[in-house]
Amino acid sequence: MTDDIFQGYKGESLEVLKKFQVRVWGQANVETTRGKFVGTILPRSENDDDQHIVMKIVTGYNIGIDIQTILSIEETGYKKANYKIPEKEFPKTPGLPSVKLIGTGGTIASRLDYRTGAVIPAFSPGELYGAVPELADICNLETEKIFAVFSENMGPTQYIALAKAIGREIEKGVDGIVIGHGTDTLHHTGAALTFMVQNSPVPIVLVGSQRSSDRPSSDAALNLMHAMYTAGHSDIAEVMVCMFGPTSDDYGLLHKGTRVRKMHSSYRSTFRTIGDTPLAMVRRGEIHHIKKEYNHRRKDKNVKILPFFSDKVTMLYYYPAMKPDILDAMIDAGYKGIIIVGTGLGHVNKELYPAIERAYAKGVHMFMTLQTLWGYVHMFVYDTGRDMMAKGIIPAGNMLPEVAYIKLGWVLGQTDDREEVKRLMLTPINDEITRREPYNGYLIYQGGVPEVEEFIKKVRK
Amino acid sequence: MSYPMKKIDPLKNYLSTRNAIGYVDRKNATQKDYNRIGFMSGLEVHQQLLTKEKLFCHCPAGIFQKHHEYDAELIRHMRPTLSELGEYDGTALMEFKTRKEIVYRIKNETACTYDVDDTPPFPINREALEIALKISLLSRLNIVGEVHITRKQYLDGSIPTGFQRTAILGVEGEIPLKKKKVRLIQLSIEEDSCREISDIGHRRIYKTDRLGMPLIETVTYPDMENPDEVKEACDYIRFLNRSTGLVRTGMGAGRQDVNVSCKGGTRVEIKGVAHTRWIPELTHREAFRQWALLAIRKELNARISKADWKMNAIEIHYYLFQTPTKEIDFANEHNDQIWAVNLPKFAGILSHFTQEGQVFAHEISDRLKVIACIEKPNMTHSECLEPGISEIDFEKIRKILKANGEDAQLVFWGNSDDIKTALETIEERCLMAFDGVPPETRKSFEEGSTIFERVLPGADRMYPDTDSAPIPLANTYIESLWADLPTDIIERYNRLKEWGVSEDTYHFLFTNNLFPLILEINEKLKIDPKLMGNFLGHRLKFIEGHAKRASNFEYKIIYGLFKYLQDSKLDFKLADEMLKLLIEHPKMQFDSVLTSIKFKKVKQSQLLEQVYFLSEKFKQLGKKQNPANAENWIMGQLRKLAIGNMALTDLHQEVRKVCDASFQ
Repeated sequence: MTDDIFQGYKGESLEVLKKFQVRVWGQANVETTRGKFVGTILPRSENDDDQHIVMKIVTGYNIGIDIQTILSIEETGYKKANYKIPEKEFPKTPGLPSVKLIGTGGTIASRLDYRTGAVIPAFSPGELYGAVPELADICNLETEKIFAVFSENMGPTQYIALAKAIGREIEKGVDGIVIGHGTDTLHHTGAALTFMVQNSPVPIVLVGSQRSSDRPSSDAALNLMHAMYTAGHSDIAEVMVCMFGPTSDDYGLLHKGTRVRKMHSSYRSTFRTIGDTPLAMVRRGEIHHIKKEYNHRRKDKNVKILPFFSDKVTMLYYYPAMKPDILDAMIDAGYKGIIIVGTGLGHVNKELYPAIERAYAKGVHMFMTLQTLWGYVHMFVYDTGRDMMAKGIIPAGNMLPEVAYIKLGWVLGQTDDREEVKRLMLTPINDEITRREPYNGYLIYQGGVPEVEEFIKKVRK
Repeated sequence: MSYPMKKIDPLKNYLSTRNAIGYVDRKNATQKDYNRIGFMSGLEVHQQLLTKEKLFCHCPAGIFQKHHEYDAELIRHMRPTLSELGEYDGTALMEFKTRKEIVYRIKNETACTYDVDDTPPFPINREALEIALKISLLSRLNIVGEVHITRKQYLDGSIPTGFQRTAILGVEGEIPLKKKKVRLIQLSIEEDSCREISDIGHRRIYKTDRLGMPLIETVTYPDMENPDEVKEACDYIRFLNRSTGLVRTGMGAGRQDVNVSCKGGTRVEIKGVAHTRWIPELTHREAFRQWALLAIRKELNARISKADWKMNAIEIHYYLFQTPTKEIDFANEHNDQIWAVNLPKFAGILSHFTQEGQVFAHEISDRLKVIACIEKPNMTHSECLEPGISEIDFEKIRKILKANGEDAQLVFWGNSDDIKTALETIEERCLMAFDGVPPETRKSFEEGSTIFERVLPGADRMYPDTDSAPIPLANTYIESLWADLPTDIIERYNRLKEWGVSEDTYHFLFTNNLFPLILEINEKLKIDPKLMGNFLGHRLKFIEGHAKRASNFEYKIIYGLFKYLQDSKLDFKLADEMLKLLIEHPKMQFDSVLTSIKFKKVKQSQLLEQVYFLSEKFKQLGKKQNPANAENWIMGQLRKLAIGNMALTDLHQEVRKVCDASFQ
């Protein structure tokens, strides 16, 4: 650990700062072989090299100075920046629903972290109100940060903690719950909470942002407004993901936690319901229902919290010429459940058969899902499919691979019985397997086709 | 109720206040006038770089779309965020108040998901960085050791992310003008913004073709002390940029923001000035506008303290007007609300001179348009220069507002949703009048006037770009860039002077970076640089102004042309006629050009034979017989044939000899 006064500096650059006795946040005149630079010494991101010193010059820009060019540094003053999101007390308005915002570490509101150079979230209701004052017109808000992890670090421990926290809030009588979450694994959490929190009387809305709130064009504020409105005012008492419908600042879509998937690494409109339509569209002050059937909001508190998860579950993404040793390694490592992500209708090559047989013999539960994402597993069409079923692989319908992984973890957290596992896996809790795929459940428009271009120009924003 | 009426004659008041502040036209203004008001000005000169691709993505640069050519539209609303140091920026908050819906028109060919902020940036375009560094070196700047990409907030929507990615390459440089040195604050590389298509009410439309193109910005200290110096400095920076041959030219490729203040005034930024020749009038008027606002400040503070000043406003009904004006009728037809506002102690202020033909009331109207999004005409007032609401109607309004004779009144209209912001805006601008000159950016017009555009942003809108890693600039790399830098503009200027090239050509020569061509022709063809400089600066300029220049015409063709003439032992006079053709058909062979202009090769001896023949012929004509007439007539006859075959001055000498002899 380096001293805070040299925040982020290491190696040679740290030596230079020490030699000339200047601190981070010190105002300094730096003489170099490239001329003179005047400004405030800033912290340096820990992952950057030790050959440069960062300064903010008077015009507000940051620059780096090569330490090999430095002749002298003179500290002329000291002024530490005090970064704070203006905090105003979140007003309570009688008649508005009460919503609980549970924080897990997403970027709803954020500030700069000098250690990594990345942004870290701000969270208290006061901070949120300072950043998005419109929230006060939607609901009465309370917040609780139960942990701060990046989306990719969410896992079973967090799912369970979340499920229990939700149970407590429902018991307290909130009108809706919003969970702030990083977007990468938002759909995994959506699935986990669907299984762990059943029969909820109120909406449970997962929300994130694709552009962090440190930028003016961020989708965070609008997503948050949509989520708060849904949690406080909608009639849909399910676990939902609420994110941008189009890339424009327009409406949000409410996706079932079990049918949603992140489909683009950076687009705002990255979340899509796969194999079905979303539940509803949300604008400020308005929910437009798309699906007619859903679980309605209730006055009771009869929620079932089923906080189970076994981490002895894994996924196998099949590729041509896969060797059986991969599967063997999983068995040897002690995995009890494997979600296979197969090609086409649900296939793997014959070379894997002996390994599959060994796995089955060891009591491993295997389910087949699809790389195509859309469509049903169908293992009767070809002999290979029948062979595999005979060897113990169970087709998982149109369950999405990630959802199947989460569900198998949840199931194996409760039972090891082969028949019971199969029954639980294939009995949908909330449409993770649907009985039918509507015609508009599969839509990927192809750019360049004239009628698509016309649609995009006129309609899609 | 009766109150003392101190009747204001708006026009008279406008003229007398104009006089009182000592306004002078630019053509009559001297350095003494500028010293009197403490004229001060600095520049931010923008220049697009000539690269194949954009700065942070791989879209092509320099392909432009028409307003109605687009493949898709998308919508954004911008929200202010905190700066790195934890402050909200003033402009940011103002833009947020305006509640604009921003629409982007995208063409797939010129914009990608990066441009619309749906994909993170790619590493910076190295070609652009290198050009910008070369220009930084030429500008004698201290080059940074590491380039840090910074986000500079722009909430007007001109960039879909809401910020511009920009980075400082050098600080503290200088440029030499004819009589003084001007210091440079910094040079940055940045991505260009969208081009605005329209901005009406709450909807602003942009196109994204120019967005993301590499741009540099050279910022000077406010070292310029009169309007002509500002232009000179600006020209110098633009010429320096062009001397590299690595920057874009043409409409919009170079633009500048001009900062102006007067003694006691505030830095005001005149944005997007497209031509340097507009600068003198714009800066002159802005400095005097500030001078006028300071006079208003003095007057107001003498009347009432800012803390005691309070305006009152009330919604009035259409039927109140006995004789509604066209605008009031229009507002009524559009279901606009009509509001009357009393501005205590503002009598004579609303019609106070600010700019040529403009008064203080315009400052309020401009802000109503920009901040409250109410299209003009959006208001009228008790001191309009043009006829407006009748005096009878104003009497009624004054009664309702309980106004007294020292007050001024304003009537505005707008959509009910915009009234709150409008009232705040009016109050805010009036209160600012007690403080003097509000810091703002202003939009310029060719004739020299400016209008309010935005609140001037500060350093609070800067934020490190968390999507980009810093880029180190090693000493060895910087040294390698020195190797192929062009000579300084000031050196080139002195060379041209030495050679005796006419001074009126310099602007054209530097604008088009023709100095290297003169030098090359001089070095390789040994052609007099004075002849070449004047040819390019006068003849080429004339031809360009009168012909339709082909897109593939390049100046290096001129080198080929002179080499051809020299090799063919033809007179350089032919270059003029040939160039007229070549500029439209650059691919045409020189031989064909000669045929096209009906040039015939004739030996000098043949020409001279004709002189004798023609002098005899002249005698047979019924013209006044004297040597001068004969000379002119013979030259007239031979001129066309002679061009290219013999220098006309030489021919003239021969003709004179013959004529003198024959008329003795």
